[in-house]
Amino acid sequence: MKISVSVNGETYESEVEPRTLLVYYLREHLKLTGTHVGCDTTSCGACTVLLNGKPVKSCTVLAVQADGQELMTVEGLERDGELHPLQKAFWDKHGLQCGYCTPGMLMTAYELLERNPLPSEEEIRRAISGNLCRCTGYVNIIKAVQTAGAELVKKENEGLSEVASSGN
Amino acid sequence: MFPATFEYFSPTTVDEAVELLKKYSFEAKILSGGQSLLPMMKLRIAMPSVVIDINKIEAFREWKEENGYLRIGSLVRHADLERDTRLQQQYPLLSETAAWIADPPVRNMGTLCGSLVHADPGSDWGAAMLALRAELEAVGPEGTRRIPIDHFFVDTFTTSLDTEEVVSAVNIPAPTGKVASRYKKLERKAGDFAIVGVALHVMLSDDGTVKDAGIGLCACGDIPLRAESAEQVLIGGKLDPASIEATARQAMDAADPASDLRGSAEYKKDMVRVFVERGLCEIAEELGL
Repeated sequence: MKISVSVNGETYESEVEPRTLLVYYLREHLKLTGTHVGCDTTSCGACTVLLNGKPVKSCTVLAVQADGQELMTVEGLERDGELHPLQKAFWDKHGLQCGYCTPGMLMTAYELLERNPLPSEEEIRRAISGNLCRCTGYVNIIKAVQTAGAELVKKENEGLSEVASSGN
Repeated sequence: MFPATFEYFSPTTVDEAVELLKKYSFEAKILSGGQSLLPMMKLRIAMPSVVIDINKIEAFREWKEENGYLRIGSLVRHADLERDTRLQQQYPLLSETAAWIADPPVRNMGTLCGSLVHADPGSDWGAAMLALRAELEAVGPEGTRRIPIDHFFVDTFTTSLDTEEVVSAVNIPAPTGKVASRYKKLERKAGDFAIVGVALHVMLSDDGTVKDAGIGLCACGDIPLRAESAEQVLIGGKLDPASIEATARQAMDAADPASDLRGSAEYKKDMVRVFVERGLCEIAEELGL
C-alpha cells in the first residue's frame, strides 16, 4: 500500500505492507534508527514518537495509520547541529546511562513541556509513567526535564525581549 | 512481532464501513485506537483477514451534547476525555476514569468505544459506563440502534454487537442534578490492568437526597458488573455513614472475582467494599453532605 508521511518536516512516499508497524517503518524503511524497539508489547515506551504532536507507542500503530499524518522522532529534536535543550539537559543532569529508553523519554518530555513548560515532579512522573527506564532511575530524568523546561522558558523570554528592544 | 497478513481498508464514511462489514462480516475487525487489537494481532491471538480502519470517518471524531445526552463519538480518545475541562462539571467520572487507563501514550491513541467493544472483564470504561447508565449506538445494514450498557457485555471479550455492526458512539444521560464521581482502582504497578476497579456516580435531588446512583465494578467477574442492590440502598435515601456502609457491603456481594496471582477472591471482594466506602465518603464530602 502506498503511504505518504511527514517525518520531522520531510515528506516520505513509501510502499508498505498493511501489517508493517510504524516503528519498523521508521527504522527499516526510512532508516531512522533513533526510535528504539524495546518490549514490542506496548509497555516500555522506548518506541514513543509524536503522531500529530502527541506521544504514541509506535510498536502499536500501523504505518498505514500514519498515512497523511505528521510524525516527529528523536532525530527531529536537533536543529542546525545544536542539541535541543532537552537533549542537553539529559546530558548535563545524567538523565541516561544505557540510553535505550532515552528517545522515548525525550519525545514524551517534549510534548509535556509544550503543554506545561514548568511541570512539577508529580506532573513529570505522571507524564513519563508509560516510559520505563531500567538503569538510571527516574530522579535524574526528572531533573533533566525540569532543567530543560526552565531553559526553554528563559529562551522564549529572551526572544520576546529581543523583539521588544528591536521594536519589531 | 508482526501481525499476520490482512487486507486493509480505510473508509471515509459510515456507509462505506457498513458495506465492508456486510461483505466481510466476522472475517473483519474494526480498528479505532488499536491499543487492544494490535497487541492481540501481534501475539496472533487475533488474526482477522480484514482490518477496517475507521480513523478517517469524520463523523466519529467529536463529542457533543444533544437530546439530553452527551454523545461521545467512537474516535474520541481516552486523553481527550481526561483533559477536556468542559466535561468536568457534569461528567466528572470521565476524567476520573480516563486518568487510570494504561499510560499517557496509550491514552493518546485508545478510544472509549473501542475499549467497550473489546469487552475485557477488567475494562475501566466498562465499570464507568455502567455507573453512568450509558447506551451504545451501533450502525449496521439495518440502520442505527441503541444498546443499553446492561445488555452490551455478554461474556469475556464478547458483546451483543452484531458482526455487521460498528459502534458509532456512546451516549451518556445528561445529569439532572448535582453530581460527583470517583473511580477507584487497585493495580500492581502504574498503568496495569485492574486487580479491582470501582466506578461510583451519585446525583442529588434538590432536597439533598440521592436521585440516582451508579456503581460499576471491573475485574470482578466475566464481564464488568453493576452492583444493582448496592445502588438501590442509596437511591431515594440520604448519603450518610450508615447508608455508605450498607452500600459497600451490598457491592461486595455483587462482586464475583477469581483468585489468581494478583490476589484471592476474598481479598478482592473486600477491596470492593473498601473502595465503595472510601469513594462514597469522598463524594459525600465533595457534595457538602
